[in-house]
Amino acid sequence: MSTTQAVRDAESAARLVALGMRQKQRPSRDAVYTELVQRYAQDDAFKEQVHAVAAGLGLVVLGVTMQSGTVLASTEDSVFEIKMDEYAKRSAIGGKRSAEKVLHGLIHLAVAALGFPRPDDLANETYVGRVSVEQVDGVVREACRMLDERAKHAEANNDPLESAPELERAWRAYSRRPATAITKDGRLAADSTRGMITKAMRFLAEQGFLTHVNNEEGGTYRTTPRYQIQVRELAATRAFDELLDLGVVAVGDGTGSLRAAEPETL
Amino acid sequence: MSRWTTTVGEVEYDEPAGVETVDEGLARRMKALACTAPLHDLDNRKTRLDWADASDYQMAEIALQAIDQVTIAMDFDRGANHEQVVARLCPFIATQVPDRDHDEHERVARWVLDNLINVGSVDRGFQAVYGTFGGAGEYQRRSFDFKLLVELVSGEGDVYLRATDEAINVLVGALDTDVESAQIAAEVKLENLIKRGRLSDARLAAEQARYRTVQYADTLRRKLEATRRDVRAVDWEREVPDLIDEALRHIEDRFRAENAILNNITTARDDAEELDRKHRAAQLVDIVKDCIRRHTQLQARLQDAGETFRTEQDRQQFSAPARRATIDLFGQLLVPSLDLPLADASNPTGVFFGAAAGIDPPSVPGLTGLVEMLLVPSQDREHLGDEITEPDLAPLPDPDRYSEWQWRTSDSLLDLAEAPRRLSGLLASAREIDPDLAGLVALRVVHAYGPEVGTAIRHGDQQLLIAVDDGTELVDEQFGGTDLLVASAHVARAGEAVEELATLSTEDEEVA
Repeated sequence: MSTTQAVRDAESAARLVALGMRQKQRPSRDAVYTELVQRYAQDDAFKEQVHAVAAGLGLVVLGVTMQSGTVLASTEDSVFEIKMDEYAKRSAIGGKRSAEKVLHGLIHLAVAALGFPRPDDLANETYVGRVSVEQVDGVVREACRMLDERAKHAEANNDPLESAPELERAWRAYSRRPATAITKDGRLAADSTRGMITKAMRFLAEQGFLTHVNNEEGGTYRTTPRYQIQVRELAATRAFDELLDLGVVAVGDGTGSLRAAEPETL
Repeated sequence: MSRWTTTVGEVEYDEPAGVETVDEGLARRMKALACTAPLHDLDNRKTRLDWADASDYQMAEIALQAIDQVTIAMDFDRGANHEQVVARLCPFIATQVPDRDHDEHERVARWVLDNLINVGSVDRGFQAVYGTFGGAGEYQRRSFDFKLLVELVSGEGDVYLRATDEAINVLVGALDTDVESAQIAAEVKLENLIKRGRLSDARLAAEQARYRTVQYADTLRRKLEATRRDVRAVDWEREVPDLIDEALRHIEDRFRAENAILNNITTARDDAEELDRKHRAAQLVDIVKDCIRRHTQLQARLQDAGETFRTEQDRQQFSAPARRATIDLFGQLLVPSLDLPLADASNPTGVFFGAAAGIDPPSVPGLTGLVEMLLVPSQDREHLGDEITEPDLAPLPDPDRYSEWQWRTSDSLLDLAEAPRRLSGLLASAREIDPDLAGLVALRVVHAYGPEVGTAIRHGDQQLLIAVDDGTELVDEQFGGTDLLVASAHVARAGEAVEELATLSTEDEEVA
């Protein structure tokens, strides 16, 4: 009898994980999902079981809430992992692939930074951010301009060495890339920054992280609770650790710098 | 510049001071020079165009005209769209080569415009390499990236063109100068010229003044745009108020100057007897009027600037205190990542992407799913197609008529250092080896008739094939003409060569 129960529990745990793989499904629209989420919140043994099932599949449970459903992330080399190489596949051009990948990564970072402009917005579970293609490009370009000014102020020569293009600063690579460009058939070129941002936002919408609002400002989206959890619980900390390793990041005071940084920084 | 020199002086006294000071100016001039390269390049490449005989077009001129048109169309927050520029370029192109049709003129305009944007390259810009001296005085090659025309998108989603600072500087020929002082200089020049009645120069100065005004407005536009995004991004305590004050004072001066000029010129126009002079004065009046219009526009923007700041400050000011410490995505992740070299930035950005992109459940289609998948109409890729770059095609070289083996065989046949031979004999020997070879031998012998001795000397050839006509007729089933006498001649060096050249050419004349 107890074995049957254990088997049934395992099935329920696996179902909760499986529901998390359907990125656009929400507990509020599904009675079974709701029940499982509630059970996850109340039953510690079940919670443990869900985590174990996920771990066995090569997944990590980042959070399970009524708003977001099961939010999963892949562990390294799991079948569920999305590789940058795959994502940036279409834009591969000659030897510039690594620069291309950095630009895609920066854009994803910028979309998150604009979706949750203040540290508080990332922590506040009721916060819904709004981002548009134009806004993301504008803010990144502005940050590039500011870094450019700072470099000029320091009188450093930032033109990259011809023999070592990989030492070029990322902001230079970004600001050099055109914001927009028209192809022969009148579409937006995919390798312009706005084209790349559009790609990122559509991709995130596919993943259930953003919701399309309208086409103003090149496409406007809303953030979802799923995205907030994903960024807060995993992505931000991991990237932060990488930057800490490189020794280039300062510990902030929680007020946020998109709005309130030092005058010479911004 | 002076600050740079002193710093260098303080840090490294043992360094020869000259090298470092030359360095800075040299780099700047190299960059300035590089900006003109795309224009020269147009003229160099025009002969490779296969859709028209483009050698009659002055491409660099057209390019300058295009940059002109874009710059003039640049308003406070707009620019020219592609079609407008092409339309305005066509009449100018038509005056260069009037006998071609309109389609070709339009195509030339588009070609020049595309090349100024540098369509086809990923960055849509240009790159030049220049050298600097590193800290230890070693030579370093650096790449300088620049653009001439950029495509931007307006609030309504239309794409338009703006000329970059580099382009404006190339255009007005005032490289690396201070906007403000250049403006004053241009004004003084203008007034002087008008007093002395030199209208064509006055027009030039007025046009230059107008470009300066455009640049000025552009600076302010960028500051305001930055403010709209983030109030803190711009220094509203000192920098911008100073800029606004300066600009307002400057507009005041300009208004006074331009109204005076306008009165002066209008009188000049009305009094002028000569038709050409009258015409030029009238043009100048238009330009000055346009300047005044632009100043009025700039002034209106300047007056709004403070209001923009206050509104944005109100909008961006309020936020509740932080509830729990999380990472500041912009300040702690995005900005530090942007400031990293590309090689270092790939790790943090890659990790962020991997973690924020979510998961990708592998799709395993069942039979029903598969059928459905196959029947799905192809995806709409309206916005996100790969750019179809148009490759710059050079025509393939014609395939060789004769193989390398045939060339080598004919070489050995035509090595006639010992005794001259007749063409008929050579043809016979060639046919024995390969029937096809006779053609090559005949051609090479004909080519050797009146050979280019000078070229052979320049190439440093040891010997040269010479064919001489002694009047004997060639009897051959395939070829007709004279049965030439063929011999290899030794090519003498230096002083000897001149003599030989002289004798040979007289011989040639005799033969002819």
